[in-house]
Amino acid sequence: MRLLLFIALLLGFTFNISAAPTITGAGSSFIAPIMYEWASNYNKETKVKINFQSIGSGAGVKQIESKIVDFGATDMPLKNEELQKHDLIQFPLVIGGIVLVTNIPNVKPGELILDARTTAMIYSGEIKKWDDKRLADLNPHLKLPSSRITVVYRADGSGTTFNFTSYLQNASEGIWKAGSGASISWPRGIIGVGGNGNEGVTSLIKRAVGSIGYVEYSYALQNKLSWSRMKNSAGTVVPLANKNEDMATAFSRALQSAAANAQWEKSPAMDILLLNQPGKESWPLTASTFVVMYKKQKDKKTASDLLHFFDFAYTKGAVMARKLNYVPMPQKTVQFIENMWAKHIKSSQDNSTLWTQ
Amino acid sequence: MRKIKVGDLIFSNVTKFFSWLVFLLLLCVLFSLFASSYPSLQKFGFHFLTSSAWDPVSGEFGALSAILGTLITSAIAIVIAVPISIGISLFIAEIAPKKTSRFVRLVIDLMAGIPSVIYGMWGLLVLAPFLSVYFQPQVSELVEEIPVLNQLFEGPPLGIGIFTAGVILSIMIIPYISSTMVEMFRTVPSVLKEAAYGIGATRLEVIKKIIIPFVRQGMIGSVMLGLGRALGETMAVTFVIGNSKHITSSLFMPGTTISATIANEFNEAQGAIYSSSLLELGIILFLISFTVLALARLFLLTRK
Repeated sequence: MRLLLFIALLLGFTFNISAAPTITGAGSSFIAPIMYEWASNYNKETKVKINFQSIGSGAGVKQIESKIVDFGATDMPLKNEELQKHDLIQFPLVIGGIVLVTNIPNVKPGELILDARTTAMIYSGEIKKWDDKRLADLNPHLKLPSSRITVVYRADGSGTTFNFTSYLQNASEGIWKAGSGASISWPRGIIGVGGNGNEGVTSLIKRAVGSIGYVEYSYALQNKLSWSRMKNSAGTVVPLANKNEDMATAFSRALQSAAANAQWEKSPAMDILLLNQPGKESWPLTASTFVVMYKKQKDKKTASDLLHFFDFAYTKGAVMARKLNYVPMPQKTVQFIENMWAKHIKSSQDNSTLWTQ
Repeated sequence: MRKIKVGDLIFSNVTKFFSWLVFLLLLCVLFSLFASSYPSLQKFGFHFLTSSAWDPVSGEFGALSAILGTLITSAIAIVIAVPISIGISLFIAEIAPKKTSRFVRLVIDLMAGIPSVIYGMWGLLVLAPFLSVYFQPQVSELVEEIPVLNQLFEGPPLGIGIFTAGVILSIMIIPYISSTMVEMFRTVPSVLKEAAYGIGATRLEVIKKIIIPFVRQGMIGSVMLGLGRALGETMAVTFVIGNSKHITSSLFMPGTTISATIANEFNEAQGAIYSSSLLELGIILFLISFTVLALARLFLLTRK
């Protein structure tokens, strides 16, 4: 009797779960905080549940390719050939940035200035001390100590490392030779330490005097780390703060500028990196996270709910994104993406369009 | 009467089935490890063990730095943990009064229950800063003039590296080694000890001449058990080892271990060669741990 009751309860429980539609996604840990925020707000509005697992970009791509989840999120955009091979569609969801943070005595946040060349030299061990002439030339306003530089990188495979090393590769005029990827073989000449995640990198930097590392910008801002300004491709030192403007606003303008100058429309896979973009105000280490999903969708309701969720993220979700130090996609890009949905995302049963405003 | 026999038969067969299931699972794990690391086994062959290259960008992988890191951190852990554990277990088993001994035993058991990630965080936030200020600079200075040693203990005082990982590991394996040793010391017949005391032996003599010789082989076995745990430990090590694939002569420099490499990189490993190389690392760790544990069993079994 008791057993029967137990079974009945169990069945009731499972039915309860299947009653509310749940959409699953997996991938980038970079967007996890904002994804959770969006999901909980979207659930309040529509009762649709979005379950996002932040397991890393590479794992997210594996899961969508083996059709375990409804969408994947990756910081490393897939190439057009790979998208076509699996019949996938890809579009950027939100923008963030990466900053270099340092631990040099008497150097305050925003004081040190770096550019792609010097950063590449530091990370390849060509510049070994902080009082190197090449750094002094960029920073005439600072008196840098002659201490040794300890280089901190991400030990775990990470989209942040991918974006950072891609930047060094593209912008350093051949100084960076170690290539780019989620994890790479760091050059031999450095004294290098790997930390786990943004937190690991940060605690190593706090520990070692004379160290430098790269973290997500929202993380650096929240933890008041000593971040550096960058000289961008236009030769401007960014971010430029106007009078009475706080750093977060100036930063988000610099990130927006990089996104505004990106030529999304010109690449069919939208696989554009926002690194080293033109524009006087553009932050050179801007990055975005991409959603990857199938063009042919089995379940009409799920697909339509999912697209409405992304639309929610672009429109009402923009405020939430700003609050968490992300930058929403520019309006014209959102328009472009939603037109793309209407054109390409179809039901696999009757080939009907699944996205309507 | 017959009913009981049937029940008995079913029960004994069920237990037999479960035991074989474990063995089967082990085989399955080993088989799938081999199967999924096939691309890397085929591409690198034996060279995988001797190469220190680890370049996901160009697809060149070698296990040497991870194997060395695993062995060296475990060796440091054993060197530190064994004398301390012998001291603790002799104190518990022979020297302390009953109440104290029970209390110390309890503390040791509690230590064994702390999750490894806690040790890792403690290592990163407390032990590493401590070592970088009060240990590394002093040691580096002390051995500056001595050849070999100065190579071993040079480098910037980061507090993070192979040495710190070894220290954390030693703290983690002390409870294991000491509690097995306590059990062993308790197997020494009290007649033997009393006889020795009877002829006027001091406590030190009894320990050195009666107790230790009686359990020597078992002690080696329990050290091996501790070693087995140190070899496979992941979380605590990743926190403090510094995760660098470069092989250096200094113990104060960052390094990596097999398990740390797998834990760090598996999620983002893209491409067949990369993930199969990580799985091959898994096989190597499996074989090392298996050998150590088999040796431990052997020593514990042949104990008189």
